[in-house]
Amino acid sequence: MSDLHTDTTQAVHPDAAKLEGMEHAKQYEFKLAEDYFFKSDRGLTKRVVEQISYMKNEPEWMLKFRLRAFEIAEKKGRPKWGPDLSDLNFDDIFFYVRPNEKQGTAGSWDDIPEDVRKTYQRLGVPAAEQRALAGVGAQYESEMVYHKLKAEWEKLGVIFLDTDTGLKEHPELFKEHFATVIPPEDNYFAAVNSAVWSGGSFVYVPEGVHVEVPLQAYFLLNAENIGQFERTLIIGAPGSKFHYIEGCTAPAYTSNSFHSGVIEIVCQENSHVRYSTIQNWSHNVYNLVTQRAMVHEHASMGWLDGNLGSKVTMKYPSTYLVGEGAHGEVLSIAFATDGQHQDAGAKVIHVAPNTTSSVVSKSISKGTGRSSYRGLVQVHEGATNARSNVECDALLLDENARTDTFPYIEINEKTAHVGHEATVSKLDDEQIFYLMTRGLAEDAAMALIVRGFLDPVAKELPLEYAVELNRLIELEMEGSVG
Amino acid sequence: MSDKQLEIRGLRARIVGGEEILKGVDLVVPRGEVHALMGPNGSGKSTLAKVIAGDPQYEITAGDIVLEGQSILEMEPDERAREGLYLAFQYPVEVPGVSIANFLRLALNARREEGDEIGVMEFYKKLQRAVKELNWDDSIIERNLHEGFSGGEKKRSEILQLLVLEPRYAILDETDSGLDVDALKVVSQGVNAARGPNFGALVITHYQRLLNHIVPDRVHVMVNGRIVREGPKELAMELDQKGYEWIREAVGA
Repeated sequence: MSDLHTDTTQAVHPDAAKLEGMEHAKQYEFKLAEDYFFKSDRGLTKRVVEQISYMKNEPEWMLKFRLRAFEIAEKKGRPKWGPDLSDLNFDDIFFYVRPNEKQGTAGSWDDIPEDVRKTYQRLGVPAAEQRALAGVGAQYESEMVYHKLKAEWEKLGVIFLDTDTGLKEHPELFKEHFATVIPPEDNYFAAVNSAVWSGGSFVYVPEGVHVEVPLQAYFLLNAENIGQFERTLIIGAPGSKFHYIEGCTAPAYTSNSFHSGVIEIVCQENSHVRYSTIQNWSHNVYNLVTQRAMVHEHASMGWLDGNLGSKVTMKYPSTYLVGEGAHGEVLSIAFATDGQHQDAGAKVIHVAPNTTSSVVSKSISKGTGRSSYRGLVQVHEGATNARSNVECDALLLDENARTDTFPYIEINEKTAHVGHEATVSKLDDEQIFYLMTRGLAEDAAMALIVRGFLDPVAKELPLEYAVELNRLIELEMEGSVG
Repeated sequence: MSDKQLEIRGLRARIVGGEEILKGVDLVVPRGEVHALMGPNGSGKSTLAKVIAGDPQYEITAGDIVLEGQSILEMEPDERAREGLYLAFQYPVEVPGVSIANFLRLALNARREEGDEIGVMEFYKKLQRAVKELNWDDSIIERNLHEGFSGGEKKRSEILQLLVLEPRYAILDETDSGLDVDALKVVSQGVNAARGPNFGALVITHYQRLLNHIVPDRVHVMVNGRIVREGPKELAMELDQKGYEWIREAVGA
């Protein structure tokens, strides 16, 4: 009997189950069909890590890296601070599911919960995209727009691939940067991701190249890419400029309840990189992500981080300003409704002189939702004239809603200027009454106030994302009137 | 009796759990007419305005508010608005991050069926016409609703909204307070532009000076939660000359 959970048998070698690792895999020298459906064992074990690497037909260094990361995770254990993760049981989770086009990761469209399907329809998400978001297949490769853009990017020397393909096609470049920004030793969830990562984006923009149209991860979207443990590696060569957009405001449904991505960004001298993400995981998901940029001389990094879905989110985009004159910017939105805990924020580390940073965080808590701002500003000795400004505003929509602020500031440089401002406000009955006298229903009035509150961040989004964000907030506010 | 009117019948109301403020108000504003409501501080004029608009701070203990033959007591403030009622606030609130243009488009569309939203061009034409009527700069429509507005600008915005939303009945709650002479003229000009056979208004004010610009068809005087006197526009001038003490004494209030 096979230990591999497979739905077909013709594509796999009958002895595959006995394989312990790559050495064995190489012995058999066969390649699995691209559309082969595969599910790892449940739980996180050495064997699962080996299975993943084997199924991906990876070079040996990657298998070794994964195994080392697995050991680190075992040793480290989960963090003892932050939100409650006690319900997150690894033994229930499939750490790797390789979809095929027909099946995706979630099985059939009919298995997707009614409310998730309804939301897609309400948002006006096209049918094909709905299926992809729900993890039931679909690729965008046939899209004309994508083909045109792809040709343009290729002409410029831009590499924009899913991470697995990136590793195969650009092994040298990949190895040079991979895990340099976030090593597995960094934190427990980064170690877990390093052991079991799959999918994500690999981006390289060559020296001096400006990419006008945002590189959108959804172009690469297939069921695997919105998997649970994506690994994204973005490299901006000196003088390059581009905007990468990840995720989508439509709820990403996953039957698996654990998402732990790692996003590494290298901003070389004078480059300008923006990374925007709006995540709306279904409300059963633990969303624990590590994202970090290493910013070199006179380069700038901008994060726009929106967290709307999930059960628990822990996400603190961090920016290491390691080159003189480097600049970092974080705009963060968190929306916590019933039963959700959004623990989001930002970290900025000033290492070099004349570095500047700004953080703007806007959080909303509704029902029994809880949002926390957790931030760190660190100025190292020698980072002369570093400047940083942090502003976090919280809006509470209900009596039971909760918000906390944990701003950590560590300054070891006398010439640093660091500012921090925090406000907490409640939804104002007078505002609601006023808007209602103009004809807006109570929930529409509340949604408008929320949109206004988020506006300083939302207006930095490309229009179509801002529109989707607005629609989503309206949906969240619907039925919120008792 | 014509149905084309806003009628207040024996209305009694108080702040939820508090003392009675309106003690049996009777008042009729026919569509096509502008009436003034005058009275000393604390007589209940602003309370009446808010109660008509449906402010949940107040509870009604007796009487009725009838809009063109239909009681609106059970309606939410937004339903009343969609039935054609408008309140120009004495102290308009600020709503950060929401531009006047976006807000008004939403408000207009809230009055229309889904799928029948107002066209972008049609909307901007309408908005620009109203802005011009109030001698305002076009850039005002991109500013956030009352954020950083002076008192006078807020009042002007209330009239701008009135011109765009085109209600059948408007209550203007001390729209003249805090306005200098020029602003008073501009705001009055706006209200006069709205006048016509399909528009009725109740203009609440302390002073005659607003009524020099917006000449009322009728004047009602409120003292201590009741309408104590009603008359032609000359009543406003008489009040202005003799003061509210005269009325108090005359009605024994």
